[in-house]
Amino acid sequence: MSSIEVKHLNVWFDGKQALREVNMTIPEKGITAIIGPSGCGKSTFIRSINRMNDIIPSCRVEGRIMVDGKDLYGPEVDVTQVRKRIGMVFQRPNPFPKSIYENIAYAPRIHGTKDRKKLNEIVERSLRRAALWDEVKDRLDRSAYDLSGGQQQRLCIARALAICPEIVLFDEPCSALDPIATAKIEDLLVELKDEYTVVIVTHNMQQAARVADQTAFFYLGELIEFGDTAQLFERPENELTENYITGRMG
Amino acid sequence: MNAISRNAKEKLYFNIFRACGALVVLTLVVIMAYMLMGSLPVLSLDFLTEPPRGANTLGGIVTPLVGTICLMGIVFAFAIPIGVLSAVYLSEYQGKGWGARFWHIVVSNLAGVPSIVYGLLGLALFVTFAGLGRSLIASGLTLAILSLPIVISAAREAIQAIPSSLREASMALGATKWQTIWHHVLPYALPGILTGIILALSRAAGETAPILLTGAAFYMSSMPDSIFSQFMALPYHIYAVATQTMAGMNGSPVVYGAAIALLMLVIGMNLVAIIVRKRFREKYRW
Amino acid sequence: MKYIDKIGWLNRTQGQSKGRFFDGASHTVLFTITLISASVLVAVAAFLILGSLQAFNVIGPVEMLFGDTWRPTSFHNPAFGMLPLMAGTFLVSFLASIIAIPIGLGCTIYLAEIAHPRIRAFLKPAIELLAGIPSVVYGLFAMLILQGWVAQLFGLQHGYVALNGGLILAVMMVPIMVSLAEDAISAVPLELREASYALGATRWETMRSVVLPAAMSGILAAIILSIMRAVGETMAVLMAFNQTPLPTLDPFSGVQTMTATIAIEMGEAAVGGLHYSALFAVGVMLFMITLVMNTVANRIMLRYSEAYR
Repeated sequence: MSSIEVKHLNVWFDGKQALREVNMTIPEKGITAIIGPSGCGKSTFIRSINRMNDIIPSCRVEGRIMVDGKDLYGPEVDVTQVRKRIGMVFQRPNPFPKSIYENIAYAPRIHGTKDRKKLNEIVERSLRRAALWDEVKDRLDRSAYDLSGGQQQRLCIARALAICPEIVLFDEPCSALDPIATAKIEDLLVELKDEYTVVIVTHNMQQAARVADQTAFFYLGELIEFGDTAQLFERPENELTENYITGRMG
Repeated sequence: MNAISRNAKEKLYFNIFRACGALVVLTLVVIMAYMLMGSLPVLSLDFLTEPPRGANTLGGIVTPLVGTICLMGIVFAFAIPIGVLSAVYLSEYQGKGWGARFWHIVVSNLAGVPSIVYGLLGLALFVTFAGLGRSLIASGLTLAILSLPIVISAAREAIQAIPSSLREASMALGATKWQTIWHHVLPYALPGILTGIILALSRAAGETAPILLTGAAFYMSSMPDSIFSQFMALPYHIYAVATQTMAGMNGSPVVYGAAIALLMLVIGMNLVAIIVRKRFREKYRW
Repeated sequence: MKYIDKIGWLNRTQGQSKGRFFDGASHTVLFTITLISASVLVAVAAFLILGSLQAFNVIGPVEMLFGDTWRPTSFHNPAFGMLPLMAGTFLVSFLASIIAIPIGLGCTIYLAEIAHPRIRAFLKPAIELLAGIPSVVYGLFAMLILQGWVAQLFGLQHGYVALNGGLILAVMMVPIMVSLAEDAISAVPLELREASYALGATRWETMRSVVLPAAMSGILAAIILSIMRAVGETMAVLMAFNQTPLPTLDPFSGVQTMTATIAIEMGEAAVGGLHYSALFAVGVMLFMITLVMNTVANRIMLRYSEAYR
């Protein structure tokens, strides 16, 4: 039951409103793409789902985000548990300057898995899941910085998968990658959607059209339109959406 | 025509600047050369292992050398943990508002206070007020306070150089702030912190004025037997022999030898710091 | 796959209590430790002022600041006028500055703009080493070697004069100034230089009319901070010339700086006595001078770091 219900979400930075009254229900499994011109609040939105905005002192969040019927912003909630169940992959690959193995094993370890054999299993399973195992299985102890950009990004995906999240958030995961690496990540996303609820922010409309089941269009901090991808791209209901996807605006 | 004179002018100026650069290197070479030449007659391992004799005009420097090492030990034990942890707090917990600016001003002002003023503080606070007397611990604590701003600003710089994307990566995996600091921030900043520590220790090893007020002795027949006893220290030894013995005033090899020993200690530490920084800058390339 | 009990999985009480505990404790502990280090500045000021109160009370602040006689150990007629000490500090710092600033500037420009990368790779560590040499070693050099050269050059009986101190302080100032000023010059964006080159300016013209003005505030701050080093230096000054508290600005005379006064007289001053307290008052003055210089340098530096960011 890992649908995400967003209710009356408002976010401010330094008193400036970045998101305004967002209401939407992201269904379980499948891929949901968030599109919109830069500065429209799409990154802010995805970062409120795993409460990464909490790190920024000047940020204020109001509203509710319900997962499993529980409000992520409720008073009893442990942020680290939220982030454990909701993984995140960032714009630029950001592996730790450690070995490939240590990058994957880090999260299971801090969440209590100390057994070496079990860790080995997790590392292999996660790397396989991220379609990286065959490329790195002989050099797990090498620095993650020796990998190419695309490989680093898949390593970051494997790292997020290692603690068995139910939801995985992707914040423009391909913006720093070349077309071939991008294609690999997209294939991977499609593979993951049977098992995880995937939310991806992208500035690339083709990418959204290629991989997403549902697409949401944000503009100036507001959710303008949310629906089935094919429908949103072919028969947008809102004029703003149409202007954006036909390229008449930024 | 005009261009030629412009180029000639440029050449002239550049040669002046080049001469300035050469002059600076020359002073380093001259100072080192005179110290080395003066110390040649005593330059041997015995000099390092023998205590001073004949009212400090003969023998070696083992007593002051050990005293200096003890001082560095006290500085290490007090200034390093407090300094590094303060730096962690200032860069990871303290935001970027007026508070951060306030701390920056405090640290930079502390770094600018003359060492003799720290000596006065040590005299009033540790020797007199705390009742530690003129002792190793009073001098060591004074030097620790003097080193604090150096450690803090070096550690802070190293911590702030770590890209925030790595902190985010760790937090997004469900790590707590402290886990992120412990597993990522501190290890990645370690080389920079280490460099700062080495430089702070080498500065503490070479300071004379603060220990002159807080416990260094002209002569001790034995090593300090507790942290509450007086002590000999290398920099003070150099000053004392040079200014209070006839042999020293006339440039006895003993005083040059002590200077060379101190130089080797300090320069050696500086070189290690430079190497550490270079080595690790290549390891973490972000 | 979903092995965790669904009910209450987000709650604080489940798992992770150790990490959570450390997270809370670390904040408190680190804050406390930071307070300790910050209290040092307060302690420095407080203990200096406390120590000096007696002197300011008994002698009076006007007499202390402007009195032209420093004769603390005289039994019948002691005098605690700081003017001679301030004159001494001013004289040697001034001498050092007029020597060090041009040379330091030249060296900075050479290092930042002209030197071949290979020379740079050797020159920069050399300057760092110079900055790292303990002041007592500079003092020894001034006392045993430089002094003789000064005496010979100016035909003096001996070279233990203010000029000798100024010279050795200049040597100590240059490396500090160069390393700080070089940062300022390196911070000037490449685009500015390219714009100048593109207009047909030579390297020198570009430097003089584009790079140096742009880096001016950083260079200024570097100069102030290096002068501060000269003002606060004790050992080199103490060993370079005869300490005689005369209210003079003659470079060929002996003088006595504020720092050296504290160093040599503290040993003979009785704890809690008037002389002892007067020496703390000298410390207060030194502290204030460096505080002011530091604040000015910080202000200037802040301006230039905001200009290019």
